[in-house]
Amino acid sequence: MSAAGIAAQFTELALAVLLAPLLTGWVNQCRAWLQNKSAPGIFQPYRALAKLFQKEVILAHNASSLFRSAPYLIFGSLALSAAIVPTLGTDLPLNEAADAIALVGLLALARLFIALAGMDVGTAFGTLGARREMMVGFLAEPALLMVFFTASLISHSTSLSTIVETIAHRELVIYPSMAFAGVAFVMVSLAENARIPIDNPATHLELTMIHEAMVLEYSGRHLALIEWAASLKLFVHMCIGLALFFPFGIAGGGDWVGLVLALPALLAKLAVGGAALALIEMLSAKMRIFRAPEFLGTAFLLAVLAMLVHVMLEG
Amino acid sequence: MLGPRNLRLASRLLYPAGAVAGLGLAAVALQAIFESPASRVLPLGLPDLPFHTRIDALSAFFLLLLGAVAAGISTFASGYLRAGEGQPPGLQCLCYHAFLASMAAVLVADDAYFFMVAWETMALSSFFLVTSDHRQAEIRRAGYLYLLIAHLGAISILLCFGALQAGTGDYTFDAMRRIEQPAGWATVAFLLALAGFGAKAGVVPLHVWLPEAHPAAPSPVSALMSAVMLKTAIYGMLRVTLDLIGSPLWWWGVIALAAGLVSALFGIVYAAVQTDVKRLLAYSSIENVGLIMSGFGLTLLFRGFGMGTLAALALTATLYHCLNHAFFKSLLFLSAGSVLHATRERSLDRLGGLIHRMPWVAWCALVGTVAIAGLPPLNGFVSEWLLLQAFLFTPGLPHAYMNMLVPVAAAAIALAAALSGYVMVKFYGVMFLGQPREASLSEAHDAGPWERAGLLWLAAGCVALGLAPVTVISLLDPVTRSATGYGIGSHAGSWLFLAPIEPLRASYSPLLFFVVATLLVVVTWLSVRVFYHGRVRRSGPWDCGFPYLDSRMQDTAEGFGQPVRHVFEPFFRITLETPSPLDSRPRYRELVEDRLWYWLYLPVARAVERVTALVTVLQRGRISVYLMYSFATLLLLLLFVR
Amino acid sequence: MLQHFGPQVINLLAALLLLLAFAMLSQRRILSLINLFAAQGFVLFLSTALVAALTDQKHLYVSAAVTLVLKVILLPWILHRLIRRLNVKWDVETLINIPTTMLVGILLVILAFNLAAPISQLAGTVTRSTLGIALASMLLSFMMMITRSKAVPQVIGFLSMENGLFFAATAAVYGMPMVVELGVALDVLVAALILGIFVFEIRERFDTLDTRHLEKLKEH
Repeated sequence: MSAAGIAAQFTELALAVLLAPLLTGWVNQCRAWLQNKSAPGIFQPYRALAKLFQKEVILAHNASSLFRSAPYLIFGSLALSAAIVPTLGTDLPLNEAADAIALVGLLALARLFIALAGMDVGTAFGTLGARREMMVGFLAEPALLMVFFTASLISHSTSLSTIVETIAHRELVIYPSMAFAGVAFVMVSLAENARIPIDNPATHLELTMIHEAMVLEYSGRHLALIEWAASLKLFVHMCIGLALFFPFGIAGGGDWVGLVLALPALLAKLAVGGAALALIEMLSAKMRIFRAPEFLGTAFLLAVLAMLVHVMLEG
Repeated sequence: MLGPRNLRLASRLLYPAGAVAGLGLAAVALQAIFESPASRVLPLGLPDLPFHTRIDALSAFFLLLLGAVAAGISTFASGYLRAGEGQPPGLQCLCYHAFLASMAAVLVADDAYFFMVAWETMALSSFFLVTSDHRQAEIRRAGYLYLLIAHLGAISILLCFGALQAGTGDYTFDAMRRIEQPAGWATVAFLLALAGFGAKAGVVPLHVWLPEAHPAAPSPVSALMSAVMLKTAIYGMLRVTLDLIGSPLWWWGVIALAAGLVSALFGIVYAAVQTDVKRLLAYSSIENVGLIMSGFGLTLLFRGFGMGTLAALALTATLYHCLNHAFFKSLLFLSAGSVLHATRERSLDRLGGLIHRMPWVAWCALVGTVAIAGLPPLNGFVSEWLLLQAFLFTPGLPHAYMNMLVPVAAAAIALAAALSGYVMVKFYGVMFLGQPREASLSEAHDAGPWERAGLLWLAAGCVALGLAPVTVISLLDPVTRSATGYGIGSHAGSWLFLAPIEPLRASYSPLLFFVVATLLVVVTWLSVRVFYHGRVRRSGPWDCGFPYLDSRMQDTAEGFGQPVRHVFEPFFRITLETPSPLDSRPRYRELVEDRLWYWLYLPVARAVERVTALVTVLQRGRISVYLMYSFATLLLLLLFVR
Repeated sequence: MLQHFGPQVINLLAALLLLLAFAMLSQRRILSLINLFAAQGFVLFLSTALVAALTDQKHLYVSAAVTLVLKVILLPWILHRLIRRLNVKWDVETLINIPTTMLVGILLVILAFNLAAPISQLAGTVTRSTLGIALASMLLSFMMMITRSKAVPQVIGFLSMENGLFFAATAAVYGMPMVVELGVALDVLVAALILGIFVFEIRERFDTLDTRHLEKLKEH
């Protein structure tokens, strides 16, 4: 744990929290460009958040204290997960507190609380969203875990920093199992972040939505925190993808120069990633909710296959 | 002195006394884990077969589990079992404490005779407790099934001991330890033990009694059965395989692992479609037993290939999960019991919105829910983490097919763990959140002081086991050392970081995790308050502007289970009655049943019936025929046995 | 540099081949199946060309070119035309559902790899572990033939089996004699011809390409 590491930790956390809405804005902008429309600008999510924070919270009569505290808990868990993923440097002090499995558990914790919050007021939409979200969760979470397992088998460690160090700083080796894991990870990320083809983030048709249905009863600062948490989740997923598959540019331990250079590298990679996400969303159609288990089942089995390919070809 | 009022008073005093005794037992066991094994021969039992007892690290650990959890459950029962639940309270108190005592006896027994006596007492006392409310036919039927399968298991265990004594006639465990079994007989003994102890633990396919008996019993009894009795079966399995047989073969681990995986997936998938609270928790117990068996199988696998440290890691994960499950499952069963007492409803379809009326129970149940879903920083996560770490070493197994099949097993474990999150959201959300589905729920009252104390003790246990894993692992170290010869406690990291193999490989610090998470949540809350405001206004729910919201519009328990029913359809036997579009009064009926009941149990039952029908031919009813049977037997014996 | 990265890229292409085999297994639309088959042909072309560059065998360049023309351009074009003429673009129904098929596929991969392991030990090349993958993709294509109920996917399954065989030959043992290759290619061509006639006969007889209707040809 060096001074550079501590600096990297704080910068990463601040960067994630502050830049997550920008990433969402950028994805929307790219999507608009691809569809030949004009977008409201990449800073629009910030304006939306500012507007929501100033508004009053309107709570249903039977909303419990769990409902009121859930947005803070969700935001806190996702902020912690953003702090664990190495985006700028690998020498993070929190690295020894949580590894890849704990990261998956943390994302599951956020999902549990948002599902419970959705069920709290007792509307049809809330429970519908909670049920669908948990369905996506029980298939996506094992797939994500298996992707991490593949990376762990390659680097002989479940600690994210060690994984990044192994893949980035050793000599360049092409890992075929990571090809499988990459496809599985993209499918899982699309599902977890409520993107097409699983869910449409722009829809307000209740029968087709998952995430929006759960947060229907939230307003004001609570809704702002949940929207922010959703952008943070997308940011975290993208950073996980970059850390596992394109970790070049992340500084090693105690390297100040590398740390400074890592920032533009990260921004460039996120820009490319956001554009790629917009392209994928453009080219796919939203699938029926009953096809979602098949989609996720394929992702899960691809992740398992990645582990097998590792044992076969690289073991 | 033995009048009804005095008996009632005695039973009111006995439960708290039992709780204190539990704590005492836990303290003694804690000491005993670190000391060397102590044995004693009790002057009880038959003249030639006295009771041998022995406390070593393994027994001490399970005694600790028994004591700590029983303390919480007995505290709860002091408030809960005042009315007796269909039986006179004094009798119930007697059965309850006999149950506890017999479980403790099973854990210290050092010879087969004492073990079987204690095992039978355990089965019988729990039978009487399960059929407390014996006036209902359904409960009697559940008790009968329970007793039947318990005895089938007991026969198997008896045969296993028979195989272990290898013809010497000496049934003490010491003698069995000294005997070197040839691989064939050792395998026979292992399989018999797996069948017998598996029947008691609820391993598929011998699990059918669990979802019947747990709902039938009063809640503290269900909690005790699920939390402690299933663990005595695990203890038996560990004792026979790792101690009495001594050197397990690797492929036994494959059998145990396969049985564990099937149980885990089966249990959790069935839990997801239940509408009765206690049945849901019972199936969830089957899943957790499956996870424990998988860990046990992994231990045998590693041990069979001589990878000692990894076997210790797997065994640590297994034992940790036993302890965790005892705490969070009993917490959940007791919360369900409180709800049952307050609302008289067991079906999830008639509950809802109880977080407002029963806040103590609701918040304790939330701790239990987060723990059982295996989420950090509570205890369920630690044992799952350890188990997954053990699985990550399996590609290093020296066997060609195993090093590929076992990592695939890790995927199944991850799936079961994710599904348990789903099931617990259903359990908590439908029961405590949302709107009340019945008008009578507005009269629900919160749990009494004794019950709150019990629930808080167990919730505190969950939190403590989650935040201090290194302490627990150092407790488990003597146990794994005695069982496998290795232990991971010595280098499990400092008090802050859990790093079972080495810090670079995998490291987890729940305390740090919890502190940073809390800090982030508090900072967020404060910042929002400081920069903006904290105004709140109450109004009706938004519901997209729909004004006629009522409680029937939220998901029922059955509705919440629909995705699992859809995805895992081949697992179930579903009978569906859907109305036609022309029905003026449409009715929808869906029945989800256990396939194994129809594939395995009913055919066996029919075969038994057919055989007995053949045998009843002998029963003529005339005395002269019976006398003729005796006469013929006498002649045969005189002729052939000189 | 080619010597260092070459075998790694071949391993990567092997993994891609397996990925494509699984993708074909889980694909419902026949159009996508044909495109995946073309992609498989392209992967084969790349790996053959790479092996040719690594081992400096001229005839492999020829074979790579032939693969490109036949499997990436000609056969998919013929299949597309066939689809349009027979008007069979609908979703493919499978005999057992897709997740189960993929699960069985994973078990087949484990089996194939362990079966090929002793043979891999004997081969002298660096990429010998790809033999297991090639065998696995053959088995997967075979399974695809079994689990599909329409005739055209079954034909595609047969053709992709040959792809697996070809990959095994080039990547694992760095090419087989030209004579053997030509012989195998001729076999495949004849088989495809016969299957083509077969497909039209089924269509004429039953007015559908669902091969389950062939059960009506039983004696009673």
